[in-house]
Amino acid sequence: MSKVTPPRAKSRPVEDLDSVTIRFAGDSGDGIQVAGAQFSTATALAGNDLSTFPDYPADIRAPQGSLYGVSGYQIHFSSGRAYTPGDAPDVLVAMNPAALKVNLKDLRQGGLLVVNSDAFTPANLAKAGYAASPLEDGSLAGYRVIPVEFSQRTGEALQGLALTKPQVERCKNFYALGMMYWLYDRPLEATLGWISGKFKKVPLMAEANRKALLAGNAFAETAELFGQCYRVKAAPAQAGLCRNVTGNEAMALGLLTASQLSGLQLWYGSYPITPASEILHELSKYKNLGVKTFQAEDEIAAVCSAIGASFAGSLGTTGTSGPGVSLKSEALGLAAMVELPLVIVNVQRGGPSTGLPTKTEQSDLFQALYGRHGECPMPVLAAATPADCFQVAVEACRIAVKYMTPVLVLSDGFLGIGAEPWRVPDAAALPKFPPRPLPPPDQFQPYQRDPETLARPWARPGLAGYEHRVGGLEKADVTGAVSYDPENHERMCRLRQAKIERIASELPPVEVLGPKQGKVLVVGWGSTYGAITAAVSRLQAAGESAACLHLRHLNPLPPGLGEALSRYERVLVPELNLGQLVYVLRGRFLVDAQGLHKVKGQSFQVAEVESAVRKLLKGGGR
Amino acid sequence: MTMDPKQFASDQTVRWCPGCGDYAVLAAVQKTLAALGIPREKYVFVSGIGCSSRFPYYMNTYGFHGIHGRALPVAAGVKCADPSLQVWVATGDGDALSIGGNHFIHTLRRNVDLKVLLFNNRIYGLTKGQLSPTSEFGKKTKSTPWGSIDFPVNPVALALAAEATFVARALAVDVAGLNEVLGRAARHQGLAFVEILQNCVVFNNGAWKEPEDRATREERVVRLRHGQPLVFGAAQNKGVRLRGSDPEAVAFPPGQPPQDLAVHDEKSPHMAALLSRMGEGGLPLPVGVFRAVRRPALHELMEDQISKARQAAPTDLQAVLNSPQEGVS
Repeated sequence: MSKVTPPRAKSRPVEDLDSVTIRFAGDSGDGIQVAGAQFSTATALAGNDLSTFPDYPADIRAPQGSLYGVSGYQIHFSSGRAYTPGDAPDVLVAMNPAALKVNLKDLRQGGLLVVNSDAFTPANLAKAGYAASPLEDGSLAGYRVIPVEFSQRTGEALQGLALTKPQVERCKNFYALGMMYWLYDRPLEATLGWISGKFKKVPLMAEANRKALLAGNAFAETAELFGQCYRVKAAPAQAGLCRNVTGNEAMALGLLTASQLSGLQLWYGSYPITPASEILHELSKYKNLGVKTFQAEDEIAAVCSAIGASFAGSLGTTGTSGPGVSLKSEALGLAAMVELPLVIVNVQRGGPSTGLPTKTEQSDLFQALYGRHGECPMPVLAAATPADCFQVAVEACRIAVKYMTPVLVLSDGFLGIGAEPWRVPDAAALPKFPPRPLPPPDQFQPYQRDPETLARPWARPGLAGYEHRVGGLEKADVTGAVSYDPENHERMCRLRQAKIERIASELPPVEVLGPKQGKVLVVGWGSTYGAITAAVSRLQAAGESAACLHLRHLNPLPPGLGEALSRYERVLVPELNLGQLVYVLRGRFLVDAQGLHKVKGQSFQVAEVESAVRKLLKGGGR
Repeated sequence: MTMDPKQFASDQTVRWCPGCGDYAVLAAVQKTLAALGIPREKYVFVSGIGCSSRFPYYMNTYGFHGIHGRALPVAAGVKCADPSLQVWVATGDGDALSIGGNHFIHTLRRNVDLKVLLFNNRIYGLTKGQLSPTSEFGKKTKSTPWGSIDFPVNPVALALAAEATFVARALAVDVAGLNEVLGRAARHQGLAFVEILQNCVVFNNGAWKEPEDRATREERVVRLRHGQPLVFGAAQNKGVRLRGSDPEAVAFPPGQPPQDLAVHDEKSPHMAALLSRMGEGGLPLPVGVFRAVRRPALHELMEDQISKARQAAPTDLQAVLNSPQEGVS
């Protein structure tokens, strides 16, 4: 990441900080997500490591000023590693009383509170359930409160432009953003560029947002609201090009890259669902790379189109969230039976049923591992961070093609919409994985397996001499003809199982962060990586005997896992569910692992994991 | 290049019940393909679940026997992934119109270049005799011992409503008519939908008794010919004309048709809609091609967008990885 501008000379003292967490909050129509995303981009350009957490309601435009309509965007940026979006914000920017009410409990004591005082009207206070204005009743005494008349000041800044009042109101997010840019010494250029691109066709709005951003920036400098400004130095530079990605963007880029590495055309069949739709949006942009996207009529058609595409020789993929996986389950069994490559991405959300569509959870692990009828094993991988979605997508496609199997990828809402810097790989240097060449036609049998991988050959239609039929009925070993023979069915079930188990032999052994043996081992999977790693690192820095291990492969499990579990006195498995991986580990390894569970639609805070480990270190627990 | 229809027969023993209408369709399809002269490896037969969905196993081409109701989305994936393939779908009244009803509507409206054969015997055969979406109202089946209280769907009318670009109907027992319709379907560019009326000797014998029976057939069906008046009857002595907005059957001395008989037009959505409702109340059941129009197929539109995008934006993966690409504006 390159710095765009040298820091301007500041009229006020500059304090250096290691890391800062800011939360923007307001109505769901206030442009909070846009402001947050812009702050992230500027922060990436400033060279910090960062982690973000957008938190928005399920309603698109909930009634203005209501508590359930509050939208938030949290960003943690650091001169070191930013493992998580941060536990307690240092700064809260609240655009109305409801945003204050919902978010104040998270702000650290003594934290900075920037509020839009114009929005603290009797009507808005009543909607937020405030009997008296918190700006006047002394209830905010524990914080540094900076009231700003955002609506009025934005209006003044935009005087002379032919704008309606609602149009002016819609610019106040950029006014607030401009202030924050001054306070934390962020460059303005990227946002100015974004504004001119975004509003290319409405120059008036481009001008309005640009003016609002600059006016907020200037106001922060001149109005002596803040006694000082802050600087978070750039994190140690990583080699190569870095850019900010969300998990859903990284997933899409991973699928595109896998298509290139396998030499296969990418097919992505999908049906819109929160929080996975952005993968479809992203891939739909890249027709220039030959990707074929298909917004199907439903989840079942989405996966079936991908199975059809794979049968025809493409890399068939599909993405959804938990409810969509439920609908696709029958087709996943079909893909396992016909033994074709298929990648299914599940960006998990709070369930069951419609549940908490915009919130995160890890409660679909059992579904991924076991949620099909019949004996139907399937490889399961989970991404640990937004950027890791890229790696996991590539790895899932590699396994799908090499082993001729459907592969499930678990992401979640926290990863899908959260962002972090990603080191852009050199695509040409990544290992290729083309499909295995076919034997000559006279030696071809549709279910003649490769002795090493047990994968069947993939003969796509159009090739003369390889004509064959596949389907959901049980196949005779080798020939692939329909077979109802009892011995054959058992043999085929065992072969399909063995094929998936063989994948373990090529997986890297588990890696433990910390001492190779000791008191507590924390085992995680998926998006809890950041909170677990940060907590364990803190404990290790404090001299505690704690280590952690993070699983990317959940089926088959990587080699060395059972042995690693046995080297610690206690094993803790934090999960955003009521105990799924812990159940698997206890069943598989007969280890007395204990769970740390949370199903609030929110990720773990570092402190939550840290305190659970401390309890075990002290001999507590079950 | 004409081929031998036997080249399209697989080595599998055909396991439909003796007397099943499916045999005739299998023979007609093999004959149709042989006449087209396209090599076997370019064909994919896709099916769902049901008696007729065993079809792919009996064709010596590529084949995919999917899951219940989902043949159409599988086939759409095959065709769009590799447009060089000729993709045929064998489906039934339960598979296509009940469990797969949603896919039926959407695959047809997208004009995916598939040849869709709907084997309509008005019964669930493979599950041994429950009512289907095309069973008559009041029909007694295993699941409706007191008679069906469901009103049936009209497949041709539904296909037209779903904007299919080619819609036809044929009788399994009418070899010449079936061959002709299949030949037209095979050559249609875009989705071709063919409803094939066929008997189920075991669970619904006499499913289409009057149109199927040689003794009554010509009095009960009218064969559609583009640009020709609607004339029927063994003696070609009956016709259909419009009275206001409703069709009515009229008799006339052979060779002297009245001037005001309705004339079939495959391009007219109004004529197709009107014909789709005929078959009862003294009006003959139309067989043949109701509608045949040209509209771009999904794979053509997909390929077109890709080639335009390739001219407008970099085709290099690394460029895309390096910097985000904004959407098309």
